[in-house]
Order: sequence, then structure tokens, then C-alpha cells
Amino acid sequence: MVAHLSHIDPAIYQALYEVSDPEIPVLSVLDLGVVRKVKENNKHLEVDITPTYSGCPAMDMIAVEIKYALESIGYTAKVNLVLTPAWTTDFITEQGKQKLLKYGIAPPLESSLDKQVLFEDARLVPCPQCQSTNTKLVSQFGSTACKSLFKCEECLEPFDYFKCHK
Amino acid sequence: MQDKLYNYLLMLGDNSMILGHRLSELCGHGPSLETDIALTNMSLDLFGQVRSYFQYAAKLKAGDATEDSIAFLRTERNHHNALLVEQPNEDFAHVITRQYFFDQYHLLLLEQLCESKDEQINAIAHKSIKEVKYHHRFSKTWMKRLAQGTRVSHEKMQAAVTSLYPYTEELTKANAVENEMFNQGIGADLASIKSVYYEEVDGLLSNIGLQKPEEGFFYKGGKEGIHTEHFGFILSDFQYMQRTYPNMTW
Repeated sequence: MVAHLSHIDPAIYQALYEVSDPEIPVLSVLDLGVVRKVKENNKHLEVDITPTYSGCPAMDMIAVEIKYALESIGYTAKVNLVLTPAWTTDFITEQGKQKLLKYGIAPPLESSLDKQVLFEDARLVPCPQCQSTNTKLVSQFGSTACKSLFKCEECLEPFDYFKCHK
Repeated sequence: MQDKLYNYLLMLGDNSMILGHRLSELCGHGPSLETDIALTNMSLDLFGQVRSYFQYAAKLKAGDATEDSIAFLRTERNHHNALLVEQPNEDFAHVITRQYFFDQYHLLLLEQLCESKDEQINAIAHKSIKEVKYHHRFSKTWMKRLAQGTRVSHEKMQAAVTSLYPYTEELTKANAVENEMFNQGIGADLASIKSVYYEEVDGLLSNIGLQKPEEGFFYKGGKEGIHTEHFGFILSDFQYMQRTYPNMTW
């Protein structure tokens, strides 16, 4: 369970848990850490979400899906977009990181290592296919705004790396 | 004061919006798949930032203003972006040079806006600066690679620097709105940005063997709504749908 949301009703939690990031369907929005606050007031909920990247096109869809999910269990909901505190990859849960890895996306490294990888071309990111760290940054920009593109020099597979954001 | 802040938000937003539009024109036309994806990712980041600025501006304006009305219904003279960002995508050398000249400024600007007394600008800056660090690394790396690549790539870079350098000064030349915002503790101190900016830019150019123009002549006017001839074409493209089908929504 996501610590900062542990106080909310389990039914609400479950409904939110079933909303996934449309671009990474294995990842719940709770695992991704974009749901920051849920305020309940007599069957009406206010949910604060924060974007991973400013231009993330998934945010509008996530907001709509959260609304539908909560309506389906009998609540009305308003979803607010908040910018503070700015999202970082630390908001992704451990479970979320495991799910990313299984899905073939390398989860973010700890932020000082991440900087060495993205800004100094260090070879530290383990390949999600063969676990080798002999991997090379191909481009800082990948299939979505929150990922960069890597290639494994051992198994030669290209893969996405969820880039740390601090 | 509210009016000044509103205008300041338009200035910040317009730079990102017009450059974002220029980069979006390259979607599907990048010189390689990776650069194509990079340029459009950067475009997306910039558009995300614009949305934050304009949503805030719309709130200040109250009434019927929305982020979309601010983006799509202003005329040329009411756009306050610097002239640099509206310059066309002549070739990849121009795209990269324009990007680097802007990214270097953008990074220094956002560093200062992270200290802004205005809560919302402060939050937008904290969000955006992380994205802009990636843009800056991308454009700076390509500056080096192309300037020191082949004879042809070097010549193209030199041509791009010669044509775009005269647009750089406007970025760091404060107008009345920017001065007022700086005095209020909301905006950035462009005078201090200017010295660091030219240290960085001129330093890089000389390191990679590119000459800046000798004349020391600079263009200005964009911030006051006086644009280059390219601007009308950008607007007719950018605003086409809203002008043709007023109030249309997706």
C-alpha cells in the first residue's frame, strides 16, 4: 500500500489501484506515484494528481479514468492537477519498479547513479532481458517523455529506461 | 501588477509555445529516428510548460479566458516571444543552433525562477528545469558533434551561428515587464543571466571552432510584438483550426 494514501477507504484505494497509466498499462497510477492526495467529504472526493513530465499527454486521460473509477463505486470526484511537490522517480513504489522490469522497461536507478548514466555515459543500467550492465545510452529521449532509449551490448536488445527525475 | 504578471506569463509561455511549434514541424522529418523522437519529445515538454503558464494566466484574467483562448486567439502583435524561437527550421544545423542558444538561456532563467516569490511560477520552474536540463545536454552535444564533424557539417554550423547569433541578445535584454517582475521578486534578473549566458555560449563556440559574427549587431522586437516575417505563417498554421471552426473542441 502507498504510505501517504494508507488512510483512505480500502474500496476507494482499490478503485484507484485499478486505474493504470495508458502508456504503461502494467503500472497502476498508485504504483507510478502520480496520485498525491485524496480528500473525502460525504461521498465526494477530491483527488490531486501530479504529472510525471509537464507535457505528459496521459494526464488528461488518467484524470478522466480516475473520475469514472470512483463514480463506479458511488462517489462523485473532482481531479486536480498539482505541480508541487514535483514528481520524481522516488514516487514509484518498489512493486511498481518490479512490474516495470517484468514488462521490459528498466526501472530508475538511484538519482546520483542516474545522472552518471544520462549525463556522463556511464554503463550501469541492467538490461531487463539479460541483466548485463554492459548497456549503452542511445538517446536521452525515448518512446514517451519519461523514458530514454538504451541498447544492451551483450544481448543486443534495445530497451527503455525510466529516467530518474530529480 | 496583475496585468504585468499576466504579460510576464505570456512572455514565458510564448517562447516555449513558438519553439515547441517549430520543433513539432519536424515530427516525421528528423534526420534519424532517435533525433526525430528527441526533437518531438522536447516539443512536448515545451507545450506542457506552456499549458502550465497559460492555465495560470487564464486564472488571473478570470472571465472567459482559458489556456486555449490565450494560445489560439491572440494576434501577431500580442505575442511576446523572442525572435530567435520563431526562426525557421532551415536545416538540422539551424535547428540545433537555435535550440542550444535558447536552452542555455532557458536553463539560466529557470534556475532563477526556482527562487521566484510567486508560488505558481516557482512550481512551474521546478518542474520545467528538470526537462530543460535534458534539452540542454542534447543541443550542446550536437553543437560539438556537428561543429567538429565533417567539413560540410562544420560549414553548415558556421552558417547557422552567423545567422542566429544576432537573435540571442534579445533573450537577456529586459523590457519594462521583466524589470518590474524582477523588482517584485517574481521574475529573473536578466542582467546577471546575460553575463553567464555569453560566457557559456561564446566559450562553447570558441572551443568547437565556430566564429561569432564580428558586427556585434543584434535584432530585437519580438518581446514587444514586432515579429519577423515568419511569424504570420506560424500563426496561420498554428491557429488554423480555431479560426476556421471557432470554438471547436476535440
